[in-house]
Amino acid sequence: MSMTVYDLERTVNSSLTTTVKISKINFGQLFIEIDIEALYSTILYLKTNNKCRFKQLIDITAVDYPEKEKRFKLVYLLLSHENNLRILININIDEKTHVPSITKIFPSANWMEREVFDMYGISFKNHPDLRRILTDYGFKGYPLRKDFPLTGHTEVRYSEEHKKVVYEPVKLDQEYRNFDFESPWEGTKYIMEETKGNKDKDK
Amino acid sequence: MAKQTKTMNLNFGPQHPAAHGVLRLILELDGEVVEKADPHIGLLHRGTEKLIEHKTYSQAVPYFDRLDYVAPMNQEHAFALAIEKLLNIDVPIRGQYIRVLFCEIGRILSHLLNITTQALDVGALTPSLWGFEERETLMTFYERVSGSRLHANYFRPGGVHQDLPRGLSEDIMQFCHTFPKVVDDLETLLTDNRIFKQRNVDIGVVTKEEALEHSFSGVMLRGSGVAWDLRKSQPYECYQDFNFNIPIGKNGDCYDRYLCRIEEMRQSVEIIKNCIDKMPSGPVKNIDGKITPPAKKDLKKSMEAVIHHFKLFSEGFRVPEGEIYAAVEAPKGEFGVYLISDGSHKPYKCKIRAPGFSHLQAMDYLIKGHMLADVPAVLGSLDLVFGEIDR
Repeated sequence: MSMTVYDLERTVNSSLTTTVKISKINFGQLFIEIDIEALYSTILYLKTNNKCRFKQLIDITAVDYPEKEKRFKLVYLLLSHENNLRILININIDEKTHVPSITKIFPSANWMEREVFDMYGISFKNHPDLRRILTDYGFKGYPLRKDFPLTGHTEVRYSEEHKKVVYEPVKLDQEYRNFDFESPWEGTKYIMEETKGNKDKDK
Repeated sequence: MAKQTKTMNLNFGPQHPAAHGVLRLILELDGEVVEKADPHIGLLHRGTEKLIEHKTYSQAVPYFDRLDYVAPMNQEHAFALAIEKLLNIDVPIRGQYIRVLFCEIGRILSHLLNITTQALDVGALTPSLWGFEERETLMTFYERVSGSRLHANYFRPGGVHQDLPRGLSEDIMQFCHTFPKVVDDLETLLTDNRIFKQRNVDIGVVTKEEALEHSFSGVMLRGSGVAWDLRKSQPYECYQDFNFNIPIGKNGDCYDRYLCRIEEMRQSVEIIKNCIDKMPSGPVKNIDGKITPPAKKDLKKSMEAVIHHFKLFSEGFRVPEGEIYAAVEAPKGEFGVYLISDGSHKPYKCKIRAPGFSHLQAMDYLIKGHMLADVPAVLGSLDLVFGEIDR
């Protein structure tokens, strides 16, 4: 008989009592939050445990919350074919933390970790080959961080003069436009305050 | 005296007809035997995920067409499913059937391209000429329903953009009757072809365990004998209403993967036929005016419709806070979208899980010890499209 997501939550919670900080089920998927120290052992447990059998790593990614002290949320997605279940593992880390690489457990983590490194600048310990992957050779900065501008910093063009592709700072004819769509009737605070101020004046 | 051996580095790509796009593959060769392959990707990186964070949900849909551009609607599907789950809304049954119909058309589009170009890579020219003719027919179906051959922007959160135009189902049905003959013809050219078999049988063998370890999905997984298809195992939309079989390979080599794709095309034709036969009537998208735009004719008469239209196309709809991973069985494998909403009208984070990324990653492991001439054969059977790998 296969497990339901509730059985899985119970199993994970009982065998990893000390490491699982939060667990919740949303949309039929189990989300657990753990500490960075427990990452390697938890993933190894989920893969090798006979009940869990999370044999496949689907993806690794990160989310940037610049206002938080622990800025990044690392996300590991695993899939168990036998149980037909998914699990999402969340880990909050700060900018300086070195994350243990799980390439020894899942060889496919190699490129996924490289991508997280490339996009967010999170570095991985014991990774066999931590290079940038998607961005240009010699690229600077971490594009998916929230403080990285959408337009980037440099642009390239072919220079007839130098007979090669040259990098230049981005020049935009028009600034990127960000509109304020808040409805003046429902929310925007400054308008509410203004109208309130006017009323006070009227009195 | 010991023989001196020296390995040679060979730069395969970034522009090479057999690289299926912009792949730079650095091969370390010992004579003609490949010792190491190091794929350099990202030459088509457009920052899709970053762009999506700066657009409203409905503005982000067209980016998904540009990922795997040979089967665009399957990608939109994953994104639409993720949003619908977060919004907790349903798609009307006719909308679901239309989605399934076009997902299966996408599957045929993708498999046709893959099979014929794989044949081209190993030296057969004719299949691609025949296959591309059929692809053209299928893309006119895309065009008739969405106005565009490739970048459809047809699956919207809440349903599909518009109903099928008159006469389209009959034409698709007509196609379903003639297409199996084309698949038969393709098979007469390839399946028992001596050269095709010599180039593909026992090349790029993947065992069951290794397919799982390397995060393979789709045909790459099924070719190795793992019975796993999201349409069956985690049915989304109305796939549970259809009867279809999932072909499984035995040996996990390039040839088995080819056979799986051929059979999947036949199964897709069956699903399409079934879909048209059973097509229910009714609306094609959710009727909640806060999420799907009003009909054109209402705009002339109803003030409320005009307001909805304006708000939807300027601010867009808001999605309640939450995170979700939604996946579909795209032609190339499991295509997933990991979406985080912060309650505003733009996604806070949207990670795209492309099947080809993991498949290409395993290139080094697949090709080690093979001959140089096997590189295009293995690349071909991986079914790579760089739009989705580089994002």
